[in-house]
Amino acid sequence: MGMAEEILLRINGTEHRIHCDPATPLLFVLRNQLGLTGAKLGCGLEQCGACAVLMDGVSQLTCATGVGEFQGRDIVTVEGLSNGGTLSAVQQAFVDAGAAQCGYCTPGMLIAAQALLDENPDPDEADIREAIGGNICRCTGYVQIIEAIKLAAENLREAAQ
Amino acid sequence: MISQAPNTRYVARKRRTQEDKRFVTGRGVFVQDIERPGMLHVAALPCPYPRARINNIDFSAALAMPGVHAVLDGAELAAATNPLYGGLKTPGVKWRPLAFELSRYAGEWVAAVAADSRAIAEDAMELIEVDYTPTDPVIDPEEAYQAGSPQVHPEHGSNVLYDGEFTWGPVDDDFAAADHSLSFRARWHRSSTVPIETFGAVAEWDEGKGILDVWASIQMPNYADQIAGAMGIPLNAVRVHQDVDVGGSYGVKRGIKHTVLIGYLSRKLERPIRLIEDRLDNMGGGDAHGPDRIFDTQVAYNADGMIKSLKIRALDDAGAYPGRGPFQLGKPIAAIVGPYTINSVHYEAISVTTNKTGQVPVRGFGQAPTNYMLERAVDKVAAALGMDRIEIRRRNFIQPDQFPYEQPSGTKYDSGNYPAVMDKVLALANFDALCARRDEIRSEGRLAGIGVATCLEPGGGNNMFEYLMNPAAEITTFMEGAEARIDGEGCITGVMATTTSGQGHETLVATILGEELGREPDDIRVIHADTLTAMPTRSPVASRMAIMLGGAITGAAAKLKAQIMAIAAHNLETPLDQLEYSGGDVSVRNDPSRKLTWNEICYIAHKQYHRLPEGAAPGLQAQHVWQVPLGGQLPDADGKVQLYPCFSFQAHIPLVEIDPGTGKVTLLEYFIAHDCGTVINPDIVRGMILGGIAHGIGAALYEKFEYAPDGQFLSATFADYLMPSTFEVPLVKDTEHCTPSPLTSHGQKGSGEGGYLGGPAAVASAVNDALSPRGLEIDQLPMRMSLIEELLNGTP
Repeated sequence: MGMAEEILLRINGTEHRIHCDPATPLLFVLRNQLGLTGAKLGCGLEQCGACAVLMDGVSQLTCATGVGEFQGRDIVTVEGLSNGGTLSAVQQAFVDAGAAQCGYCTPGMLIAAQALLDENPDPDEADIREAIGGNICRCTGYVQIIEAIKLAAENLREAAQ
Repeated sequence: MISQAPNTRYVARKRRTQEDKRFVTGRGVFVQDIERPGMLHVAALPCPYPRARINNIDFSAALAMPGVHAVLDGAELAAATNPLYGGLKTPGVKWRPLAFELSRYAGEWVAAVAADSRAIAEDAMELIEVDYTPTDPVIDPEEAYQAGSPQVHPEHGSNVLYDGEFTWGPVDDDFAAADHSLSFRARWHRSSTVPIETFGAVAEWDEGKGILDVWASIQMPNYADQIAGAMGIPLNAVRVHQDVDVGGSYGVKRGIKHTVLIGYLSRKLERPIRLIEDRLDNMGGGDAHGPDRIFDTQVAYNADGMIKSLKIRALDDAGAYPGRGPFQLGKPIAAIVGPYTINSVHYEAISVTTNKTGQVPVRGFGQAPTNYMLERAVDKVAAALGMDRIEIRRRNFIQPDQFPYEQPSGTKYDSGNYPAVMDKVLALANFDALCARRDEIRSEGRLAGIGVATCLEPGGGNNMFEYLMNPAAEITTFMEGAEARIDGEGCITGVMATTTSGQGHETLVATILGEELGREPDDIRVIHADTLTAMPTRSPVASRMAIMLGGAITGAAAKLKAQIMAIAAHNLETPLDQLEYSGGDVSVRNDPSRKLTWNEICYIAHKQYHRLPEGAAPGLQAQHVWQVPLGGQLPDADGKVQLYPCFSFQAHIPLVEIDPGTGKVTLLEYFIAHDCGTVINPDIVRGMILGGIAHGIGAALYEKFEYAPDGQFLSATFADYLMPSTFEVPLVKDTEHCTPSPLTSHGQKGSGEGGYLGGPAAVASAVNDALSPRGLEIDQLPMRMSLIEELLNGTP
């Protein structure tokens, strides 16, 4: 273990001042120090995507990347996607399309989908596959997840008109 | 696309699931999210050798490390606990959470550290000094079967855990009378379900109450029983909290060794103890691998393509600690002839132990490898006769007017329409155009192939395969219980008796309760009782919950409705047969002004004893325990017995292209038609089937737990094991057919396993179709790129 430092994190719009070794993976800080348990530990090697958060709008894995790398960045976890009790368009589309089964990969999938739609409001199937290509789901076979992301894109485009 | 839509309001209608809202907001509560005051964390030390004698363990340095509370070795644990439950009669095979005297596979846990954090426990683990004497392992299952091979469990006396022969029907006569026969070997290599959430558990011994509380990522029957048995405490001293969300399982979440380990530590230290596997623990040391099977099969068939008889020898490698693994050779007896009119079967099932991590039940309980072998057999007969692969299946199909159909091993298939499902998948695939597309790719000098495969999915469960393999296990119950309550304000609560790992059981219970009581399912709360308050259950295995939990909650709803009607009859002073129930209100048939509303009836039931019929108990609550249909019988004099009640059917048609240079397989298209009777929730069933296919694609092309010939484990990460991602799994197109089961509450059958039963066979059929112009064939799974490349180009 390295030396603990004071680290400033901005997560879901709130500033957090924490004290820890900057090499500690962000995921463990989120889960163990900040009570944000939405992001999940799947592999610990950044091979499955369950731990994804948005970092400055980009999907970033957190199970092996030290919290120090996230200083000064704008971090959004799955808890930050919804607005109070109102689900975001992507979350609602996952519910409507039946895209979650066990729910374990779902937070990471939502983050990857959100990052995609923020960048590309009209993704085709290949774009969606690319965007969630680093997120492994064992339950769904991906079909309903891809359908959900298409649905979210449609709903967002309609809302924007 | 449902051919016979049931007359229902909620069942079989598209509805959102109850569970998804908590998952999309990140508010699922998984075992990693369980915090207990004063909780300690455990890490376990893996043995580096495939087989080694443990001479001495010196953990004094680890114990001295700040933050470490205990170091436990196998000797201490073996003295204080009983061996873990094994299903076969093999008293010389002792499975323990930590290796004792002899370590039996690379990765087996030999010691455990309990500390203030997992990080401290891992650091302390590094300080444990183990003095080993490595000895020769046995890795190859055929070598293990030979007398004189190194023994994994010397006390057992050989490596053969089970070797049984079954003959159903006139096999020798059928072979003698058939026009032709062929034989082949098919190999299903070791893989598993590998959920994204590893196994984890928290145990907390309460000395005041004398109760061990357990929170776990679990999916298995009799978990509490096995904890109690190993710890030597009464069953009612174990309370498993079943409202923990389980992050995928598909059969394998059976961390009994983990739980006994932390249960013991919790009792010893009087602290809550948590053990969550990391990915390496899970892949290499979690005792969670699946079937690893060699089939030697002979097929007798006639010139017209009719398959008459099978002789099957299945040799399965159960690893070092078998648990219930060997019984995965038994369940396939339920559908040993698949959907075909094959007249007789000889089946030899052999389970051996080797120096690998242990085998547990995997999606389909052994049926996926067997169906792969069976469908290879059908394709080979077609090829030998120059017959179309669809035509040969049509000729051999059991016909719709033959149900219930008793197949040779004694199981009756409940219902089905296999030709109709085949027609639907061909129409969905636009089969002629699909063939034209394949042929066009071939004409451009590339390799392409279409797969054809079917499968039966036995659903509902039953324990009789265990009896067939071990008659000491005279267990004929395979029940499921449920409870339903309506409170004084009219709110409904369903209580299920087990955990859920993604199958949407809360939605299932709410949908059926809503249907039966005419109330909105979204307003129905569904909870998971803990094991001390739960009704009897056999857990969500065996594609059984739609059938069994569905039947149990239907029974509870019927009892509630009877209570409601009795209250209404008493208060309206009208006989039952003149009352009408509608949406929870009860009125007099010819005088609708005389009526009691749902809220009035619920209020009377809970608050107004003076208005209850004589003898009625206050409140509205009902329990129902349902025995599995057709279960409960021991085998007849010929050894025939019903295994599983309900049989779903699927037909799969994929199109693949193979890069002739690299051997890389690309799934261009994948079509499936399925028939699981009445679908309770269409999105859930669709997700089960599509997910099963993706899992099957993994088993067919990528996934493998590889051991080096010297026994070292080579597949410790997702990148080595090869989990399929969006780049490997195509957008599967699906359609349904509905042949209701006559045995279940709403005509439903199972759907959790079929995609994984048919998928591997279908992909194997497609790859072999692509290779056939080169005169090549592959009869092993996975068919990894390197294997195909070597076959095509001769360069390893």
